[in-house]
Amino acid sequence: MNSKTTFFQLDFFSQCKKYDVPFLQCPQFLFLIMGMIIIGSILFTFAIGNHYIKNPSIVALFTLSIAAVLFIISFIITRSFEKLLEVSRMKSEFISIVSHQLRSPLSNLSWAIELLMSGKLGKIEEKQVEYFRILKENSARMKELVSDLLIVSRLETASLPSKKTTFSFEDLVKELIKNFEPFARASNVKIEFFSEENLPMAFGDPSQIRLVVENLLDNAIRYIKDKGKVIIKLKKKNKNIFFEIEDNGVGIPKEDQKHIFQKFFQAENVLKYQTQGSGLGLYICKAIVEKLGGKIGFKSQENKGSTFWFTIPFK
Amino acid sequence: MAKKILFIEDESALQKTFGDLLTQEGYKMISALDGETGLRLVKETKPDLILLDLILPKINGFEVLKKIKEDEETKDIPVIILTNLEEIKDVERTLESGATTYLVKSQYTLEEIVQKIKNILKDK
Repeated sequence: MNSKTTFFQLDFFSQCKKYDVPFLQCPQFLFLIMGMIIIGSILFTFAIGNHYIKNPSIVALFTLSIAAVLFIISFIITRSFEKLLEVSRMKSEFISIVSHQLRSPLSNLSWAIELLMSGKLGKIEEKQVEYFRILKENSARMKELVSDLLIVSRLETASLPSKKTTFSFEDLVKELIKNFEPFARASNVKIEFFSEENLPMAFGDPSQIRLVVENLLDNAIRYIKDKGKVIIKLKKKNKNIFFEIEDNGVGIPKEDQKHIFQKFFQAENVLKYQTQGSGLGLYICKAIVEKLGGKIGFKSQENKGSTFWFTIPFK
Repeated sequence: MAKKILFIEDESALQKTFGDLLTQEGYKMISALDGETGLRLVKETKPDLILLDLILPKINGFEVLKKIKEDEETKDIPVIILTNLEEIKDVERTLESGATTYLVKSQYTLEEIVQKIKNILKDK
């Protein structure tokens, strides 16, 4: 914690406003009060001890009552912490329940649309096809959003266990590139892949690393405006495997860069011409990479492109 | 004769969609909206394949599967689990009980599901 954040902790006005609890239940405020009482009581005990030097029972009684006050305050602090934790747990649980409940109607919807579009129930007109396509795309978007929300709630309630094994990172990336090939071709994007020779096996949860690579690859292709190139590199670096993905897309504006890994954040230039995406992808990437003992980062220049990287340990 | 598929699923919207789809594909679909009816129809109709949801009224899908597989008369009928549950423990539990395959609803298109059904019925 640097001095700036320490100082910010002392600004209990804005801190307590953030939690939306009354002052008497706000941990920051209560800590400040407790600190002041402790300092005050030490000074006062010293003074009173000097004054009643011949009557130690008064001094003892005074110290005892101060201790009782401190005990009550710390009890309230503990309670308010419990409350805040409970709220956070309930929030994640709520997201999880809602997303689960949304899944059934979403499957019903997208399958009904698929059946209608297949023409098996009768021919559909050209004009109608357009609208069916809108329905289909949007139900797919909702599905993605729901599944992202579920991953986030699992990450936050620590109920996404990692099954760590050794696996070939190179094969995983190759497979994903193959999966993304149709999307890339449709977006006029070429994917190039370079891997260092004799790369050691990675150690982590392959299904979770897959999520990270999928998200980064999807972003790289999606945010190239007309046509372009995505370059993926894999190499060994110290005790890690280093994954890098470079695109020549729209890039991230400088003022947005510090927020890019935040939940629900989407850069301004991206929102202008593209509203898809949940704003959860990079948040999920960061949470997973860090959980598996790696690091994640990027460099980017607006209108030039972005390069995202992350590391995964090997055994 | 058309092959019979029993669909045990409590969502009537899905019953309708699959009814139309499977009829189009040349199958005869029998529907059950809860686990109890499902089990009764397994015995009565002896379907060639069963599509089974896991969260069901009266008797849940896990129990239905167990009972189908315990019964000598019905234990060889292939069962496809079609559900929104996606925890590994649920997948393992049903495969251990003898389910042929496990499909998470949100991850498959109708066409892919029909393909799976065709493959299983072809091997039979």
